[in-house]
Amino acid sequence: MKGFLAIIGRDLKLATRIGGDALTLVLFFVMVGAIVPFAIGPDKAMLAKLAPGLTWIAAFLSLLLGLDRLFRNDAEDGSLQLFRFSRTPLEAIVAAKVIAHWLLTALPLIAATPVLAVLLNMDMESWLRTVLSLLLGTPGLVALGAMGAAVTVSLPRGGLIAPVLILPLAIPLLIFGSSAISGQQAGAAMLFLAAISLVLLAIAPFAGALALRVSEE
Amino acid sequence: MTLDVAPKPNWFARIANPSQFLGWSRPLLWPLTILTAILFAAGLYFAFLDSPPDYQMGNTVRIMYIHVPNAWLSQFVYGVMAVSALGSLIWRHPMADVSMKAAAPLGAVFTALALYTGSLWGRPTWGTFWEWDGRMTSTLVLLLIYLGLIALWRAFEDQLRAGRVVAVFTLIGAINIPIVKFSVDWWQTLHQPSSVITPDGPRMPGSILTPLLVMMGAFTLLFITLQLKSMHTEIRRRRLATLERQRAAAAEGAK
Amino acid sequence: MDLGPHAVFIIWAYVGVTAAVVALIAWIVLSGRRVEKRIAELEAQGVRRRAEKTT
Repeated sequence: MKGFLAIIGRDLKLATRIGGDALTLVLFFVMVGAIVPFAIGPDKAMLAKLAPGLTWIAAFLSLLLGLDRLFRNDAEDGSLQLFRFSRTPLEAIVAAKVIAHWLLTALPLIAATPVLAVLLNMDMESWLRTVLSLLLGTPGLVALGAMGAAVTVSLPRGGLIAPVLILPLAIPLLIFGSSAISGQQAGAAMLFLAAISLVLLAIAPFAGALALRVSEE
Repeated sequence: MTLDVAPKPNWFARIANPSQFLGWSRPLLWPLTILTAILFAAGLYFAFLDSPPDYQMGNTVRIMYIHVPNAWLSQFVYGVMAVSALGSLIWRHPMADVSMKAAAPLGAVFTALALYTGSLWGRPTWGTFWEWDGRMTSTLVLLLIYLGLIALWRAFEDQLRAGRVVAVFTLIGAINIPIVKFSVDWWQTLHQPSSVITPDGPRMPGSILTPLLVMMGAFTLLFITLQLKSMHTEIRRRRLATLERQRAAAAEGAK
Repeated sequence: MDLGPHAVFIIWAYVGVTAAVVALIAWIVLSGRRVEKRIAELEAQGVRRRAEKTT
């Protein structure tokens, strides 16, 4: 348990020390929302209708951007080797990194959703549902992202492939995530979203640790 | 009296060792090819000359005879890759990566053909080339997963190490595919198109079943033949890599 | 034979599948040949696998 918490603390400290990365992702998130009207027109009714899906896509793209950071720095400075042979199991370390990454990237995004809500003409209820949907769904996205990052950590330009690998598998989160905001069966969608996130969170430590191990050989 | 105490290779060892594999698979290739060709010829005969048009959809039912086999193969080949992935990770079976690598492009082509034939079947039947219904969408997602796996293979320089990493991702994909299928079906019920789609196809009297089954057999044999040949080439490719390394080492040593 | 009003779709479906299958077979056969040719070249140059070296 100590090791687990230590990893979370370490990642949080490292990210805030080097700094800037979380803010960049939030900026990207807001910018995607901001450029949408330029591409599809400023009709308020249409924007309000598309807002849930657009918010999810913006969140998804922003998370994809930040993925590579999960394991690459550790691979480069040799920490991954230490993790493999430490007393804390590698699975626990991966789980800790997923949690830290969610705190560092998803939480700021969710905090920035009011800006998107204003730009895309979301009403209060939509926005609240968006926050809940992102809270339930982003853990699943981060878990999936961690698996993609673990699989590509040994590739020098792996950062380009990880999004391509993950996108098809993230479709369920997109479907239920945006349906949970504005679909007819929003309640059911919210539950399915939570369920899928849980499943992904459950397999990520094991799949991620396995991928890290076989990458090192 | 002397006893031959050398252990005879059991069936598992015979498929595990690459050169043993080459030994028993090479003589199979030509018979398999001929059998495949015969089945395709028979399939085409039944598809065009010996089966009636469906009473509902007319002659377009003939597209089904090549659509369904490709759709079936798109899933079957992923199954083969998933089993190979397990073999690679759990038993470290040396032929497992080879099998996985050979199957990926084949699966991608069959999936793409399933989409292509499905689209051409959809146009006269439903009115559009593409409909975001459950099956087509899931097949599209499957194609994207295949292409991602192929990209992953190509990103590695060391193909031996690549094998185990790709195996992990193949299994992650295998776990997620049912989730994707489920969510796509759910999503599709929300956005029910106004025209009623009958994805089940025509009823299956014998005269329609025959060309379908023959084509299924033909395509499956095609996959098996191409898979064996592809595995062959991959093994030889690894031998080639070793030889080239030897030559480079010899050139270094001679300096 | 008369394939009905949608004949063009049926024909394109079969033509496309045939073309793709032929291309796939050709690609597999040709890459096999390329590898064999390259191996033969190297072996002719006297490169041998370590396991086969007699010295």
